[in-house]
Amino acid sequence: MLDDFFTRAMVAGIGVALVAGPLGCFIIWRRMAYFGDTIAHSALLGVALALLLDTHVMLGVFAVSVAVALALLGLQRFGALSSDTLLGILSHSALALGLVVVALMTWIRVDLMAYLFGDILAVSKLDIALIYAGGVAVMAGLAVIWRPLLAATASPDLAHAEGLGPERANLAFMLLIAAVIAITIKIVGILLITALLIIPAATARRFCVTPETMAVTASLCGVVAVIAGLFGSLKLDTPSGPSIVAAAMAVFLLSLVVSVLVSRGANASSRW
Amino acid sequence: MEQSVQPLGADPTGRLMKADTLAQARHIGVRRGGRWLIRHVDITVRRGEIVTLIGPNGSGKSTCVKALLGLVPVDEGHSSIARDARIGYVPQSLVIDWTLPLTVGRLLTLTARHSGTDVEAALQQVGMRGMSAAPVQSLSGGEFQRALLARAIIREPDLLVLDEPVQGVDFTGQIALYQLIRDIRERLDCGVLLISHDLHIVMAETDTVVCLNGHVCCSGTPKLVAEDPEYRRLFGPQAAEALAVYRHDHDHTHADDGSIISGHHHDHVAEPDA
Repeated sequence: MLDDFFTRAMVAGIGVALVAGPLGCFIIWRRMAYFGDTIAHSALLGVALALLLDTHVMLGVFAVSVAVALALLGLQRFGALSSDTLLGILSHSALALGLVVVALMTWIRVDLMAYLFGDILAVSKLDIALIYAGGVAVMAGLAVIWRPLLAATASPDLAHAEGLGPERANLAFMLLIAAVIAITIKIVGILLITALLIIPAATARRFCVTPETMAVTASLCGVVAVIAGLFGSLKLDTPSGPSIVAAAMAVFLLSLVVSVLVSRGANASSRW
Repeated sequence: MEQSVQPLGADPTGRLMKADTLAQARHIGVRRGGRWLIRHVDITVRRGEIVTLIGPNGSGKSTCVKALLGLVPVDEGHSSIARDARIGYVPQSLVIDWTLPLTVGRLLTLTARHSGTDVEAALQQVGMRGMSAAPVQSLSGGEFQRALLARAIIREPDLLVLDEPVQGVDFTGQIALYQLIRDIRERLDCGVLLISHDLHIVMAETDTVVCLNGHVCCSGTPKLVAEDPEYRRLFGPQAAEALAVYRHDHDHTHADDGSIISGHHHDHVAEPDA
């Protein structure tokens, strides 16, 4: 079954969407979209290092993502610059550094477009195994830190005062984001990963009243976007990564229209 | 009851704290940007006792509580919480972002698991029966404050910490809220640490008042504090009147809109008037 490239793409894409949903929810609850973007941008440096050291790309991306996340934590603690400035510095210098290193490795031909925008149709069986193994690990990790992380998201002081150890949960969450970006990079690429994390979660918000249902709904929205995007890309012969993100955007807009129609007369105000 | 200053230099781990002491700050100081927000502050909360922190805006009330709970590091002195003491915390002005969907019931189970019956019972105590499924973003200020209180008491805390719990609550609601805090204290035999800028109502239920203005101006029973010249200087001539009001069993003055007329004179601009 997995011999067909389209089936492999579908299986890989669905796996990534399932993991991206809950993580994406936390990213929008915690207003960390720019953080996700920064980690994603630094992924190219990870790709370059992985090729240089001849290891799997996911490993290189994960290592560099973790390093950037820790660097950010350190700079926040000791520096006087605001978080968004630090993120801007890290994000773009990591991307630039990645491009420079790739260019310096003249002996390796790197398909830059594949890493920037994803190359889901080239997904191998090993990639699928890594996506699902990594995905299960990320979900298990998230389940363990769910309550402290959620409490810390609602109020860090509250989580701290009531003994939930929010710093530990925050650190673990950063590692999980790094892991998700490592397994997602091949599907939608460095420049579009954040979209796959955020758009399905934003879509889910209007239809959910608890964090848990929103996490599940976000996963489902992501799966719909992957399926629609891949079939669209096959039909219209468009690049698959951007097609998936475009499909996610379409689902988001559709949900907006539906919820506006539903809430009209129900006296609920639109807040997006 | 007499409030005595705690001896300095005692064991910082709290092992030498008396058995009924839940939280203790000894001579704590917190410094930010070269300026002491609070300094030389001693606070002790024992089981079954209600301690109220009063003071003008910017007098370091919240900082004190946060230092005591370990939310901000102290630059001087020690603060400690009794080991295994369960804390129930009602923070000041908590805002739940709209992007985070949260029902009242889910808010109550935010930091620990509780059964549906426990959630319903806690909500009933704060007069929010049957509102478990309501999104927190749909609550009024007073309802949200009561939901936060329900969230703290469902934990059956040893130490209940409330940072300005009556913000946005109307006058009748405030009386009810303080009555509820007293009931909870009786039922759970917990210690209560309360921050308030409202002198009128708070006094009646309080065992110890700590009057703060960067440092402890005075502390003791409400009566003692009321007679303290430092207190009168800090809160102006009407301070005594506020306490007189307390002694005459809440015979307070109401403004036309139903709110009580504040008896203290410190700057209130940044605070929403109760």
